[in-house]
Amino acid sequence: MSAREEILGRVRAALAGVDPSGPVPPAPRVPVTDPADLVNLFADRVADYRAVVERCTAVELPERLAAALPPGARVVIAPGLGVTVPGAVVDDGLTALELDQFGAVVTAARVGIAETGTIVLDHGPGQGRRVISLIPDHHVCLVRTDQVVADVPDAIELLDPARPLTWISGPSATSDIELDRVEGVHGPRVLDVIVVEA
Amino acid sequence: MSGTFVGMPAFPEAARAALGDTQLRHNLAHATATIRDRRARVVAEVPAWEELRLVGAAVKESALVDLERHLLRLEETLTANGAVVHWAGDAAEANAIVARIARGHGVDEVVKVKSMATQEIGLNEALAEQGIAAWETDLAELIVQLGNDLPSHILVPAIHRNRAEIREIFRDRMGEVGRAAPEDLSDEPAMLAGAARLHLREKFLRAKVAVSGANFAVAETGTLVVVESEGNGRMCLTLPEVLISVVGIEKVVPTWAGLDPLLRLLPRSSTGERMNPYTSTWSGVTPGDGPQEVHVVLLDNGRTRALADDVGRQALRCIRCSACLNVCPVYERVGGHAYGSVYPGPIGAILNPLMRGVGSDAQVDSLPYASSLCGACFEVCPVRIDIPQVLVHLRSRVVDGHRGDPVPKAEAVAMRATAWAFTDARRLALAERASSMAGRVLSRLGRSTLPGGRATAGRLPGASAWTNARDLPAPPRESFRAWWRRTDGGRGQDRS
Repeated sequence: MSAREEILGRVRAALAGVDPSGPVPPAPRVPVTDPADLVNLFADRVADYRAVVERCTAVELPERLAAALPPGARVVIAPGLGVTVPGAVVDDGLTALELDQFGAVVTAARVGIAETGTIVLDHGPGQGRRVISLIPDHHVCLVRTDQVVADVPDAIELLDPARPLTWISGPSATSDIELDRVEGVHGPRVLDVIVVEA
Repeated sequence: MSGTFVGMPAFPEAARAALGDTQLRHNLAHATATIRDRRARVVAEVPAWEELRLVGAAVKESALVDLERHLLRLEETLTANGAVVHWAGDAAEANAIVARIARGHGVDEVVKVKSMATQEIGLNEALAEQGIAAWETDLAELIVQLGNDLPSHILVPAIHRNRAEIREIFRDRMGEVGRAAPEDLSDEPAMLAGAARLHLREKFLRAKVAVSGANFAVAETGTLVVVESEGNGRMCLTLPEVLISVVGIEKVVPTWAGLDPLLRLLPRSSTGERMNPYTSTWSGVTPGDGPQEVHVVLLDNGRTRALADDVGRQALRCIRCSACLNVCPVYERVGGHAYGSVYPGPIGAILNPLMRGVGSDAQVDSLPYASSLCGACFEVCPVRIDIPQVLVHLRSRVVDGHRGDPVPKAEAVAMRATAWAFTDARRLALAERASSMAGRVLSRLGRSTLPGGRATAGRLPGASAWTNARDLPAPPRESFRAWWRRTDGGRGQDRS
């Protein structure tokens, strides 16, 4: 008998006589708030993780973006970003070793979650492959105000599980040494979130 | 090795050794107090926390009571997404599958994301026997691996080490297995983390094969989820060409929507954050992005044994947050090693006997007693596992397992004698007379009084295992039945 048949047989035997209907009540939601408050909460919660949060209009964006990037750093951007970043290289399948030579990356996002200060990338247009927002040490992420939702269940509803997803809440961090939080281990050590008025 | 540290003594013995280590006790008290406060703060922020716990528990329970259907669905969706699904009945089978895949790619090393399941099956040791080095990439796991040490906490495996000890380990050992620690390494946590970043980056960039676990596996969509902090998980899940995930069969979540309560409950319970820095989800292979060969090993290794226990089944709801460790007065004092398993603390005290079987050895049978039954673990558990209830249930199973012993334990003899005396009125009266006489003697020997002024019995010869650690009230001078007879149930109005 294969391991598969054996395990499934043991599961069946273990649950003999157990009612297989496990009712799941709906999860509680946070009360609906004004969209403007939502964006304010999002900005506050992102900043709590010691990420840099800025807010601007679409017109101001190129200027803000240039100011946010570390001076002199090589910058990689995702295809379809929709914003020009002078001197930036558009990712066309760079290897991890090549990406290791870049100091910063600019991507868009799919969803921002206010309650938890989280940005979610589904690696669609403007966001690029998972690796480009991982290897460079400085990640600048653009979130439109109309992408911000209240809480985790709202994000789960919007997101497509068939796509790879990366949920980012602040810069890479660890609490492994005496439970002291230290920002910056393997992922980008600096996270800039620019919230753009839609 | 399978879920237990080889040659570990039973809990009381191991605990005694740990209690004598003042450095360990200092490190633990500091760490657990820090994380308890942090958790309490972010949990208080969520007004519907109790409701959320109920929903989280219901999601996991609904997967367990219909596990066969959800496992088959998971297999189907994963396969449709381009993943290869393997089934492993025990540790040896799982290790053999991972080794076979790694060897098939001709590699002599793999990078690893922190995973309880692979620790449980002793994967690193099994791969080493085949000449394959498994590099742990989580900072705490790296500290444990370089220090030739054992993990002592689910979330923070090196919780028993302080910064000075970690600095020594990095300076002494990093150079032997890769990039050495910088010459001027201090014991600042940021600097230590920086040393780990440099040491591991070369390993990430050259790795062909990665091994991970999964926090959740969504049956409906064929999606695996890894929740982490440092980005080492993202490195392992994104850079290598081949990804092998070892997933316990209890990790199944039936639906995509079911992730919601769990992703809200886990980070707040675990690291005390609103959300952990990184969560990655992937559904099989994504063309042009990440590993193009994806394997999932579905692991039993005793989980179906736990599933068959009607009371203990709830332990399989565990999402490995470790909140129960941080609040446990026993764990806080003895640390994780005394539990002799990768699953320490209150959850380990029930998971190990449930998965390995009560009666499998004295060490496992000692674990249900490693608790004061104070109930703090149940109160913080995000999926409402009633750990005290399961502990008591397992204690009864340990006792039942010894009913046929040729030489009964002292406790069994005492219980049998009590039963003999209590089942007959005449025998009980005799026992009461003896007891009231003993009471007069013992209350004079006792050195302390209990709250309310009642005398204690002091140390009882022959029962020192009990009285060494507990105050035993001295038996009253008069039994209830004698008092009733003498006063006609109080109507004779005598309150002596």
